[in-house]
Amino acid sequence: MMVKKNGLLAAGAIAVAASLALAGCSAGSNSGDASSEADSSALTVWVDADRAAVLKDAAAAFTKESGVEVKLVQKDFAKIQEEFIAQVPTGKGPDITVAAHDWLGNFVSNGVVQPVELGDTAADYQQVAVTAMSYEGTTYGVPYSIENIALLRNTALAPTAPATFDEMTAAGVAAGTEFPYLVQVGPEADPYHLYPFQTSFGAPVFGTNADGSYNPEDLTVGNAGGEAFATWLAAEGAAGRMSVNLTGDIAKEKFYAGASPFLLTGPWNVPDAQAAGIDVSVDAVPSAGGQAAQPFVGVAGFMVSAKTKNAIAANEFLVNYIGSEDVQTALYEVGGRPPALTAAFEAASSDPITAGFGAVGATAVPMPNIPQMGKVWQFWGVTEAAIISNQGDPVQLWQKMTADIAAAIE
Amino acid sequence: MMTTPGTERDRAQIVAAKKSRQAGRIAEAASAGIKVLLVKVLLLGIVDAISVYALFVLFIKQDWLVFSLVLLVTIVVNGIYFRAKGLPAKYLTPGLIFLIIFQIFVIGYSGYIAFTNYGTGHNSTKEDAVNSLILSSQERVPDSPSYAVTVLEQAGAYSFLVTDPDGEISVGSPDAPLERVSDAETDASGQAIALPGYTTLNFSDIVNNQEAIAALAVPVSDDPNDGSLRTPDGSAAYLYLSDLVYDEAAGTMTDASTGVVYTEDPSQGSFIAEDGADLQPGWKVEVGLANFAKAFGTDSIRGPLISVTLWTFAFAFLSVATTFALGLFLAIVFNDLRMRGRNVYRVVMILPYAFPAFLSALVWAGMLNPQFGFINQVLIGGAEIPWLTNEWLAKFSIIFVNLWLGFPYMFLVCTGALQSIPDELQEAATVDGAKPWQVFRLIKLPLLLVSVSPLLIASFAFNFNNFNLIYMLTNGGPRDVTAGVNVGATDILISMVYKVAFVGANRDYGLASAFSILIFVLVALVSIISFKQTKALEELN
Repeated sequence: MMVKKNGLLAAGAIAVAASLALAGCSAGSNSGDASSEADSSALTVWVDADRAAVLKDAAAAFTKESGVEVKLVQKDFAKIQEEFIAQVPTGKGPDITVAAHDWLGNFVSNGVVQPVELGDTAADYQQVAVTAMSYEGTTYGVPYSIENIALLRNTALAPTAPATFDEMTAAGVAAGTEFPYLVQVGPEADPYHLYPFQTSFGAPVFGTNADGSYNPEDLTVGNAGGEAFATWLAAEGAAGRMSVNLTGDIAKEKFYAGASPFLLTGPWNVPDAQAAGIDVSVDAVPSAGGQAAQPFVGVAGFMVSAKTKNAIAANEFLVNYIGSEDVQTALYEVGGRPPALTAAFEAASSDPITAGFGAVGATAVPMPNIPQMGKVWQFWGVTEAAIISNQGDPVQLWQKMTADIAAAIE
Repeated sequence: MMTTPGTERDRAQIVAAKKSRQAGRIAEAASAGIKVLLVKVLLLGIVDAISVYALFVLFIKQDWLVFSLVLLVTIVVNGIYFRAKGLPAKYLTPGLIFLIIFQIFVIGYSGYIAFTNYGTGHNSTKEDAVNSLILSSQERVPDSPSYAVTVLEQAGAYSFLVTDPDGEISVGSPDAPLERVSDAETDASGQAIALPGYTTLNFSDIVNNQEAIAALAVPVSDDPNDGSLRTPDGSAAYLYLSDLVYDEAAGTMTDASTGVVYTEDPSQGSFIAEDGADLQPGWKVEVGLANFAKAFGTDSIRGPLISVTLWTFAFAFLSVATTFALGLFLAIVFNDLRMRGRNVYRVVMILPYAFPAFLSALVWAGMLNPQFGFINQVLIGGAEIPWLTNEWLAKFSIIFVNLWLGFPYMFLVCTGALQSIPDELQEAATVDGAKPWQVFRLIKLPLLLVSVSPLLIASFAFNFNNFNLIYMLTNGGPRDVTAGVNVGATDILISMVYKVAFVGANRDYGLASAFSILIFVLVALVSIISFKQTKALEELN
């Protein structure tokens, strides 16, 4: 009797727990939708943890002014791209999300974002940031920060900024350190960090249209400049200055330990370098091939869902609140990346590190946001790694890579 | 009828006593049952309340499929727990419900995806694709000015009161192109803010009707090619031209500037022009066996498929064999009572098992770095052995690292199994004159295999899909750059699927699902064969 009673109770409890979970699942997912339908004038915004605190104030100001409530939902930045694409079609996505500009091609191909009209305020932003936020001539987001690599110099080992690549190597050799300069490569190379050298030979991946957008039909990576870059890479590899064994972690540890006066890196490694007691200065990347060495720029900003029911409120919030100098400055203070709004950038430039990265970024090129770029990476890195390790004729390897990329894009 | 009053009374007494005993039992059962019943009613009440809420929401959303499913499950659950009989069902129902939701539905859905083109550019319905194409095709006329606009309402219809950069004021609605007005009320800056006969909307009115207002397009003249004004924020309007014109009846999208007609193709889920160019995004459709045809028919996939499959089998088999051999050996050694400090050793042995596998793989990738890694620098004294960049050494390194990661598990399992083998068997064998090796080979190993072989099969299936290790240690590399395919020497099937289906930012969930079905078939075949063998082993004993 006892046993049976307990058994029955236990079974009942399990059943209830199960049904609760089941009903909870179905009801929960539906109730979320129901509530968002009920107060359709509330804006839902996806932000990452760092941005959330800043946006809270901007959202409060916006609510006070317009009466529109703003709900901030914290998300892991790395997962936003996938989740946004998956959730917008179901109608349960946010109205606005924080995003990186190179997701844009993917977002547009999946039809999950809609254009944002910056209107006359477009001129208030750095040109490169607006170009990055545009796809096929249409602007899809309000940018807030710019991120790019530059040359980090240990001023104790190299007192002056090198103007050319040869000057940098000479200064590195004169410093008597283990490496004349450091750039992270890794077993599958690192085309992102090597890109300023590549552009200095006049070999960008894609040609550009008149409005600065990339033209996927114009694959320029295999031109004569590209071949010269490949030959140069092989020479650097043979001389032991570049190595596939130098991963990102090893390169920065060596720099912190004073094993080289120069490191090609982004603002993310500066706090650690300063903590290691190194007095760093940020310079432009010296040109190896004679032309301007332009690194890739990554732009972060906010985009609007294609299925939002609050297009006007979303646009108003982005253009007039996220785009305000106060918010852009506050976002700079938590993120440490140069602001996209020119006025905020000029204010932030009192910091020499920000000014240094910003100066390089202003002349740099946006990372291509066209979907064809996805087909480039898989061949680009391994080929550079093979060239640096001198596994074959550099020009032949480079042309094989160009042919493979062209075939993959077809 | 001859009956004596005495016996009659006796019988009546007996019946009464019986009845009262029966009544007592019922009362007892009822009093014990009332608590159970109360708890049952209460808990089921909560479940039903949530179900009714869910049903209510689903009814409003008119989601009839889910509605009927929830209704059915609620009725079945109530029926099962209020029925007196059917005790097994009471135990099994919760588990079955979870099984259906989290296993059968998920597997079935993945299987369904394999027959669709779900992925980048095809991730929603046709309606969404059309909406998105129309939204994106609104292009602002280059160098056109911005117009100050006030949104007006008259009898439920909206109009724009527009002040152009020259200060001229006009009014227009989607049906009536812009027309000059002279009686508008203006503010200090000369911007028109009201018009007699119309109500001016303030920002909160605009926000409350923003869907309708954001969709307003007011033509600037009778000629649609002059473009129309739209307002993204309710206070400024810009001149837009729409590139794409959608004809729902004909199922076509026409590019107004080039005149190219894109016709919808229901078999591919996109609008396709005559020259084969398509508009992005398309929508999700069922494509039959196209994904399987792609898996076997594309050169860049078919080429490496055979070598990758062979290596996957070799990797999974060698991983199980090496970890089992080492784990078993250590288990026997540490099971010997003569060994001192066995517990300390055992704890040390289990340590690799306690680290997250992907973390260990990353650490090993660093230690195996040819120039700066611990192995070459410290252990081998500066030799530059390309552990991860030579094809065969990379394969060796993968199996070696997996051995380091996997032997503690086998060690634990074997220790447990060994300790369950009775000592008498070993004693009896020793008395019969068996040597230690014979005892191990003829007695311990067969007994051990009976209990361990299902785990070996599970371990094989796990390693067959051991994505973490490959991805973190070599990322499938080294790759032959002259081969022109994105597959390296140490790629196993699952990491190849990842590279093929999820290259760059492109996601091809359909293709990935088709591949997972193929992998499932392979693993299932191997498992069935192995289990058959195990059964034979059991019968032997």
